[in-house]
Amino acid sequence: MSSPIRLAITHVTTYSYDQPVHYALQQLRLVPRSGHGQTVLDWSSTITGGTKQASFSDQFVNHTELVKVDAGATRIEIRSEGTVEVEDNHGIIGTHKGFAPLWLFENPTPTTSPGPAIRALARQLRAEQDGADTLAQLHALSAMILSQVSYETGRTNSDTTAESALTAGHGVCQDHAHIMIAAARLLGHPARYVSGYLMMNDRVDQDASHAWCEVWTEALGWVGFDVSNGISPDARYVRVATGRDYRDAAPIMGIRQGPGDEHLQVSLQVQQ
Amino acid sequence: MADTGSTFDEMLARSDQPRPPYESYFQWFANEDLKDLRRKSREAEAFFRRIGITFNVYGQDEADERLIPFDIVPRIISAREWATLERGIEQRVRAINAFLHDIYHRQEILRAGRIPKEIISKNTAFLPEMIGVNPPGGVYTHIVGTDLVRTGENEFFVLEDNARTPSGVSYMLENRETMLQMFPELFSQLKVRPVSAYPQLLRRSLADCAPEGLTDRPTVAVLTPGIHNSAYFEHAFLADQMGAELVESHDLVVENGRVAMRTTQGYHPIDVLYRRVDDDYLDPLTFNPDSLLGVPGIMDVYRAGNITIANAPGTGIADDKALYSYMPDIVEFYTGERAILQNVPTWRCSEADSLAYVLDHLSDLVVKEVHGSGGYGMLVGPAASKKEIAAFEKKLRARPSNYIAQPTLALSTVPILSKAGLAPRHVDLRPFVLVSPNKVEITPGGLTRVALKKGSLVVNSSQGGGTKDTWVLGD
Amino acid sequence: MMLGKTAGGLFWMFRYIERAENTARLLEAGWRIALTRSDGESNEWQSVVNTAGIDAAYSAKFDSFDSGSVINFLLRDRDNPSSVLSSIEAARSNARMVRTALSSEVWEAVNECWMEVKSALARPVSERTLHELLAAIRYRTSVVRGALHGTMLRNDIFAFSRLGTFLERADNTARILDVKYYVLLPSAAFVGSRIDNVQWEVILRSVSAERSYRWLNGGETTPMGIAEFLILDKRMPRSLAFCYSKIGENLNWLANDYGTRHESHTLADRICGQLNGTTVNTIFEEGLHEFLTASINDTSTLASLIQTDFRFYQ
Repeated sequence: MSSPIRLAITHVTTYSYDQPVHYALQQLRLVPRSGHGQTVLDWSSTITGGTKQASFSDQFVNHTELVKVDAGATRIEIRSEGTVEVEDNHGIIGTHKGFAPLWLFENPTPTTSPGPAIRALARQLRAEQDGADTLAQLHALSAMILSQVSYETGRTNSDTTAESALTAGHGVCQDHAHIMIAAARLLGHPARYVSGYLMMNDRVDQDASHAWCEVWTEALGWVGFDVSNGISPDARYVRVATGRDYRDAAPIMGIRQGPGDEHLQVSLQVQQ
Repeated sequence: MADTGSTFDEMLARSDQPRPPYESYFQWFANEDLKDLRRKSREAEAFFRRIGITFNVYGQDEADERLIPFDIVPRIISAREWATLERGIEQRVRAINAFLHDIYHRQEILRAGRIPKEIISKNTAFLPEMIGVNPPGGVYTHIVGTDLVRTGENEFFVLEDNARTPSGVSYMLENRETMLQMFPELFSQLKVRPVSAYPQLLRRSLADCAPEGLTDRPTVAVLTPGIHNSAYFEHAFLADQMGAELVESHDLVVENGRVAMRTTQGYHPIDVLYRRVDDDYLDPLTFNPDSLLGVPGIMDVYRAGNITIANAPGTGIADDKALYSYMPDIVEFYTGERAILQNVPTWRCSEADSLAYVLDHLSDLVVKEVHGSGGYGMLVGPAASKKEIAAFEKKLRARPSNYIAQPTLALSTVPILSKAGLAPRHVDLRPFVLVSPNKVEITPGGLTRVALKKGSLVVNSSQGGGTKDTWVLGD
Repeated sequence: MMLGKTAGGLFWMFRYIERAENTARLLEAGWRIALTRSDGESNEWQSVVNTAGIDAAYSAKFDSFDSGSVINFLLRDRDNPSSVLSSIEAARSNARMVRTALSSEVWEAVNECWMEVKSALARPVSERTLHELLAAIRYRTSVVRGALHGTMLRNDIFAFSRLGTFLERADNTARILDVKYYVLLPSAAFVGSRIDNVQWEVILRSVSAERSYRWLNGGETTPMGIAEFLILDKRMPRSLAFCYSKIGENLNWLANDYGTRHESHTLADRICGQLNGTTVNTIFEEGLHEFLTASINDTSTLASLIQTDFRFYQ
């Protein structure tokens, strides 16, 4: 096994509002936890233009914070940074922990509920991989999804369902994860969404935070699959939050009262 | 169990022979002038209208506020009968709280195989967001309104547990107030246990559930969907009687890590929120994003331990009618005792054998939606026409797991004042239970609902039911 | 401690009660004048609509100003947000919202007022029953006010209720004067025609002041006298000076109780100061219409300041 690597992460999210904010809240899931092969050496989050109201561990044991945008602010900056040491476990996370029962990850959610396209995908997999072991089947599923849904940014959004992304034939990591989750559940495996960070080898500045999925198998427990990159997560992946789908594990979920538009800007650096 | 045709009359053992709890009342009644009583009955209605005890009917003009008919003949329960009910209800409520804690933590009852996983996993009332949450004081069901029916001398059944948001307590209080004003002499003759302390007990019980370490004098508020809600009267009434603020979603914000209400002098934090808004609408940030009735962020403040929500979100799962059929097991699993109060035998239509039986006996059974309430979406076999039964059968076959069926119980009767004098009508009973970390309190009395139509078994106010004052006699 | 919403609900509940009462008075005035005139009546009913400030809503629905249309539009039309029925419904709706802040007497008075008015206005109203009906409306609204005075604590609940009453009343008095200001101008006095006397009577009657005015002035009716009476006479409970002295009193009560003064206090002080420091001659010299317009604007600004200062809505 290779030695662990240290990743330095700086993730800055900025919302600019074209009118002073009357009342707005942001729910953050931005703090990685130690465990499952990763050790958080240091981590800090700084909010400018907002105030932290609550922090708690949610049903999937994600560290969650509620932030209120300061009244009258036109900009809030959420800065999350730290160092995490990661081992390469070939995507194997292992046993299921926490109060959330495994069966929770068997149920479809509105975003991951299967339609004709997902059903066809599952049928195709069954036909092609009949007799193969579960892990091989799942790797094949991942490859099948990537071949049918090309990675393209800007054409789907955070509300796009697994079914519609598969039908459209393009999407981003979030869509890939949703499709894999939907299909895996259809095949009888509990599956979950993971949001986190990936150090891409060729660059320091990343476009956005990453997402992949984990599927539970009898033999190995939870195993990660990054459909977009065609691999299981290695030492370059930092897990931040998990859930049944994007909505459970979204890095930032907000609500705002009052008129006007907002503009989102993300800057993310992951480096060794 | 099934309808044998003999109905238990709670007042009369024979036509001229009252049962013991009713003896004094029966004598008193014999000496009263019917015309006089009918006048009092009309006065009571005018009184209710003037003080505004009305409910709005869904789907009708908002200005159409209806009165729930009130019958002036009391329903009387002896001290001995009450003592049994009290023990049975307390046992059941404790079991429900233990069940809710378990189901949102380790789910031992599922691991032990005492109830099937699907009852929880396929249930929309199960709130994943409550997993691992420890409500302040460990209380999930702060207020419960157990629906009971009676079929014989010692035969009481629990029909529904109403652990989510039982309504009707304002009628219990106003009915008593009206009876006290109309018949003071009766109250001096009979030792009727008072119910008037309920609002104070409710306030204290809620305050006892406040998060620890925030304040010595918890602020309690009642959250209402607003004046157009059908139970608005009750929300205002309870807030008023408790001396608590009545708030709507737009009165509340998250401020300094608390949920706070907007006052004329700034924001004031709330420790305990008695909410009369459904789970799904409670927090648009966590649940239904389109909700206008909720408070964004309240679930976050709650999960951080800085507010008490009563009843706790996710308690609705205990009201599921499929789960209901397992209540005797649940009581036994968590209390180690046999259930004191009986459950109505229930066929789960999700099970093939049961479904076959139910389909064969539709005209004898009551069939209910698992998540339904208020008497909507149910079939009362014996009262339904062939056409209604046929239509219902279609729905049942399409989604069997959405239904349970029960025998038509021969609900006991208590007389109402009709034009011709006393006339028996079917009743049920909803006592109100308060749960705090240290105790379970049951107000001696409750809401007696009565089917005003002769022979009818449907007591819901939305479908022609009325109410009666309920007297529990002292020793 | 009081919710901002509750303060707003009380304020509006009493504004609407006052509004219903004012509309009833105005109709009473119109009806009397129509009765005492032999020639074509339509002008008088038109002037009633003008005075109520609902010309636009009325013309959207009717072409002429016949008594039946005007009476029913002012009393019971839901398209008219200021109709007696709309006002009473709004008052009761606000009362329902703030029920926990009201004594049971006040709540029951509002609720009964609504029940009676709703049932009395369920069908079109004819001139024959009008007088009796208007008397009943005035009676019911006065029971609400009586219950407020007789059963409510003198605290912020009372203060916001009174602020609503007097802001509505000040606005109403100023509008009635402004709609007819031209008949009060010195040039109009020369005309001395019967029509003008009628117009004066409408003004006085619509604030129920015809008797008190004559009693105080020995039957001498002059335009300046009427203006002075309705603007500056503090004995007259519907005059601007009286209304503003009450508004000032209640705002000061809140300032003392809460320990904070707001912008609304500053504005109320300024308005009270102006009314105390002026004479009717000065008002006429500087322009009656200009004075009234400024007063209406001030009242509306003050209402919105109160709404912000005491957090009615946010």
